[in-house]
Amino acid sequence: MLRISKLTVEAGTFSLRDINLHVPQGSYAILMGATGLGKTTLLEAICGLRRLTHGTIQLDGRAVEALPARERGIGYVPQDLALFTTMTVAENIGFALHIRHVPASEEQARVQELANLLGISQLLERMPAALSGGEKQRVALGRALAAKPRVLLLDEPFSALDDQTREDMYALMRAVRHATGATVLHVTHSRSEAQALGDHRLVLDQGRIVEQTPQVPATAPTSST
Amino acid sequence: MIPRWPNRDTWFLIALGGALGFYVLLILAMLVVDAAYTRFDVIWRAVHDPDILFAVKLSVFSCTISALLSVLVAVPIGYLMSRMRFPGRTLIDVCLDIPIVLPPLVIGLSLLILFQTSAGRALESWFQALTGSRITYEVPAVILAQFMVACAFAVRTMRATFDQTNPRAEQVALTLGCTRAQAFRLVALPEAWKGVITAGTLAWARALGEFGPILVFAGATRQRTEVLSTTVFLELSVGRLDTAVAVSLLMILIAVLVLVLVRRWGALGEGAR
Repeated sequence: MLRISKLTVEAGTFSLRDINLHVPQGSYAILMGATGLGKTTLLEAICGLRRLTHGTIQLDGRAVEALPARERGIGYVPQDLALFTTMTVAENIGFALHIRHVPASEEQARVQELANLLGISQLLERMPAALSGGEKQRVALGRALAAKPRVLLLDEPFSALDDQTREDMYALMRAVRHATGATVLHVTHSRSEAQALGDHRLVLDQGRIVEQTPQVPATAPTSST
Repeated sequence: MIPRWPNRDTWFLIALGGALGFYVLLILAMLVVDAAYTRFDVIWRAVHDPDILFAVKLSVFSCTISALLSVLVAVPIGYLMSRMRFPGRTLIDVCLDIPIVLPPLVIGLSLLILFQTSAGRALESWFQALTGSRITYEVPAVILAQFMVACAFAVRTMRATFDQTNPRAEQVALTLGCTRAQAFRLVALPEAWKGVITAGTLAWARALGEFGPILVFAGATRQRTEVLSTTVFLELSVGRLDTAVAVSLLMILIAVLVLVLVRRWGALGEGAR
């Protein structure tokens, strides 16, 4: 569960004020709003990449706003994906486990498990530069999921994909959600994306959340992984 | 349809090629006249002269040390200046360029004056107690004089390198469990590898060509603080122009050899990751 109360962030001349939102445990929330209204800033604040001026952030009932990004247990996929270009796909996915000194055999098993889930088993030894847009999305998703985060934040992850790849990614996201049970906050401009994936809709306008409504996804989550 | 020739693009390409041709020809012309000016037996004699051999060894040693020191200092400074915003940053940015814009002789003079102050003398005494060698007019002065200028170029290179790498990757690393130091070591630094190699080679080459600050701060004592650039000066000052040119050619040869080797090693290192 993700709960934000009276959050204020100031970034230069831009600010988010008095943001209140609640994403129930296991929900897939879609955050919508016009460009430049602070959706990315809000995600960065939740991750711990931006300092709050005011407010609280709770994950599963625990206040995390004072914790550094590394201790929040949040998976983050930025809009540009920011894959580690000097590492292979396997190293990218296993990075969070490597940092935690997880034994190599366990790391390998988790990387393989995620690669199977995301359909990228054959790409593990490739470098990011040799991947297509859709493959990069899957690697970024795998990297964010490796340490089993409680909350997954996705910043317009499918905006650069063609229609067919985007449809594939919708199906994949349903499978990922079913397999991991993570709470997801997904930023998008696309109404069809919101309709296809979200069960909770938030709208950001003028630096505030102006709408929070549950919605029924167009396609129910699949049970296969 | 095949485009008409010559067209507007052709003139543009000719302009680009013209600029390249002009500069490369000028460089090659200098090398050719240098080679034509001296004779092989003079070069042969130069490479067997104990004084010049000492200068070759000291040049390679001091340039390598000052280039390594420059990279060691330039990488954190470049990262800091690229990624962080703090009060006085613009002033520090200007300060970092001072060794580039100052006349080299002034840098040597300033170093000499610095080591005449009580703090400088204390540092020199401490260094002498530690290593048995003074700083001024000794090999450490050669290295420090080279470092002062070479490091400024390395800092510029590293700053530009980090400016061009995506800071978002380091931010993602933080969310994945890294401390800032780990994000720097595991993500930012490997992505800046090419820049590190470029900064190192640039610093090495700049150090090899350094002359003014070494002359003032370290002197040009044969078999003690003489490096190749000061050898050229010493040979010129006693009227041995052909030997000065022979040593210049030797400098070019060593510089090309080292730069090619380092770049090749850098390319191998990149491929290995």
